[in-house]
Amino acid sequence: MPHRFFASTAVVGIMGALLLAPTRVATQAPATGRTTPAPTTAAKTRTWTVPHTSDGHPDLQGFWNNTTYVPLERPKDVTKEFFTREEAIERVKRAAAQESEQTEPGTIADVHYDFTQFGLDRSQSPLGLNLRTSLIVDPPDGRLPPMTEEGRRRNAARAEARKRMGAATDAVQNQPLSVRCILMDRDGPPMLPGAYNNNYQIIQTAGTVMILVEMLHDVRIIPTDPRPHLPQNVRQWEGSYRGRWEGDTLVVETTNFTDKTAYQGSSENMKLTERFARVDENTILYRFTVDDPATWTRPWTAELPMTKAIGPLFEHACHEGNYGLANTLAGARAEEKRAAEDASKKK
Amino acid sequence: MHTWLTRALMATLCAMLAVIVAGGQTQTRAYRAPRADGRPNLNGIWQSLSEAYWDIEAHAAAPGPIAQLGASHVIAGGLGIVEGGMIPYKPEALQKKKDNYAHRLERDPEIKCYLPGVPRANYMPYPFQIVQTPKHIMMVYTYATAVRTVYMDEHKEAPADSWMGWSNGHWEGETLVVDTTGFNDQSWFDRAGNFHSDALHVIERFTATDPDHLLYEATIEDPNVFTRPWKISLPLYRRVEKNAQLMELKCVEYVEDLIYGHLRKRPASQ
Repeated sequence: MPHRFFASTAVVGIMGALLLAPTRVATQAPATGRTTPAPTTAAKTRTWTVPHTSDGHPDLQGFWNNTTYVPLERPKDVTKEFFTREEAIERVKRAAAQESEQTEPGTIADVHYDFTQFGLDRSQSPLGLNLRTSLIVDPPDGRLPPMTEEGRRRNAARAEARKRMGAATDAVQNQPLSVRCILMDRDGPPMLPGAYNNNYQIIQTAGTVMILVEMLHDVRIIPTDPRPHLPQNVRQWEGSYRGRWEGDTLVVETTNFTDKTAYQGSSENMKLTERFARVDENTILYRFTVDDPATWTRPWTAELPMTKAIGPLFEHACHEGNYGLANTLAGARAEEKRAAEDASKKK
Repeated sequence: MHTWLTRALMATLCAMLAVIVAGGQTQTRAYRAPRADGRPNLNGIWQSLSEAYWDIEAHAAAPGPIAQLGASHVIAGGLGIVEGGMIPYKPEALQKKKDNYAHRLERDPEIKCYLPGVPRANYMPYPFQIVQTPKHIMMVYTYATAVRTVYMDEHKEAPADSWMGWSNGHWEGETLVVDTTGFNDQSWFDRAGNFHSDALHVIERFTATDPDHLLYEATIEDPNVFTRPWKISLPLYRRVEKNAQLMELKCVEYVEDLIYGHLRKRPASQ
């Protein structure tokens, strides 16, 4: 099977990825004991056992990519948990076509570089066919649970505070965290893919699992030996993370978030539980549960595959090369100046 | 009786062997680190205890660069980590170093939270962690979450220039040797304006000298800037606290007003 492996992990066009799709079952039963219905026709697993490291834990090491076109929440017009293969392929094709349309000549987006030219569109990533209609698997309707009254109030207050700060171009602090090179969705946690560079490297030593996220050269060195969380008052962007092995699954529990990330509107007391399980040679099933009673009426869970990729990762010096941010702000100031000059001429 | 004899013989042999090993080491007592996958186990959290982050050359104490911080951020004197004392700059490069020092508040990449480069990352005043496997050895730094991958099995040329460079590693007995190229010309060696070009080539040696210390040595070559290769060396200390861990230090947020503050929208009245 080496040929299949290489073809599926190299930079391949959308058709290449789709040709491979039949061999990939991206939605398998997680190691949590909960059974996910085997999706449709997909091929059957050859005999494969989870590889282990020399100290006896499942071997999660390697380069991984979690690119997907599947949305976090199930679209309102979809009522089932899984698409058929044909439907899923059709959706991917359509989404891929939309992505490559962004630089149509004559449109404003044309100023931007062409994503497809640099392999930055999703369809050029290792892309296992995921038949799920949403990443959220629980609640069963594939959507975020209702927000609590407290959660709604908090997010209304946040929106109000944000409005008082002025326009996005008024100050650097008004820009999104990703534009400021502080935090991106790939870094999470939870680690969710964006449009490109959804690349990760995992290495393990005794008592440690290290996850390097290519975007923002972000690293979590997760201790798997028993140790207490950071003190309650010590808050970090990526929280206090502690790992443990449950059978063949790595379970990482994270607390001590800040109020600044507000993932999907969460509070700083959100508790995140991530599970990493190798389900076949080319796939880690990544599943996470968000438990935040101050925000949602019940915990919710999402899952998506991380697909084996070819390394290495390269240095993503986002902040060092953030000309876009400076230019955005400088452009806004220049426009204001011009508008003021025009106004004074009219007087 | 037979067992007793065997044991005595073994003990004598071991003692003789120890004498031979000790005799071969003229300078430092041989230390054999515990193993990880058959190699010296360098896993752990390490930190320099030196004043080299201010200036890798020997220097006396001096006032800190910001008067308001008073005695809390003074430049501590240090004996330097450069073997022979001085960096062998070419004359024009020495001029640039002096100019860098004079303009260090505007030019020092550390002030802007830019990636520290190598070797600077290893003696900043924060801990860093080595995560060691046979194929890849990661060096993860507190400051700015800087990270380097040392490729042990697949040596390649740098695909492009970068701040932290491209590191290929191998073992020489007890020593991890890391050969790094592919640097850009943006990083410095310290807060004193010591600098390099994109021709920088760093060969580092990490050797455990006892369970809690590494000897860190680096040979630095850059024919654009220096008249000859030169060497630094310093010990790295293990953070031995039971609960030691790297803490987050995402400094981008702390430098935004410094870098972009002049682009903030002014109140309409001005």
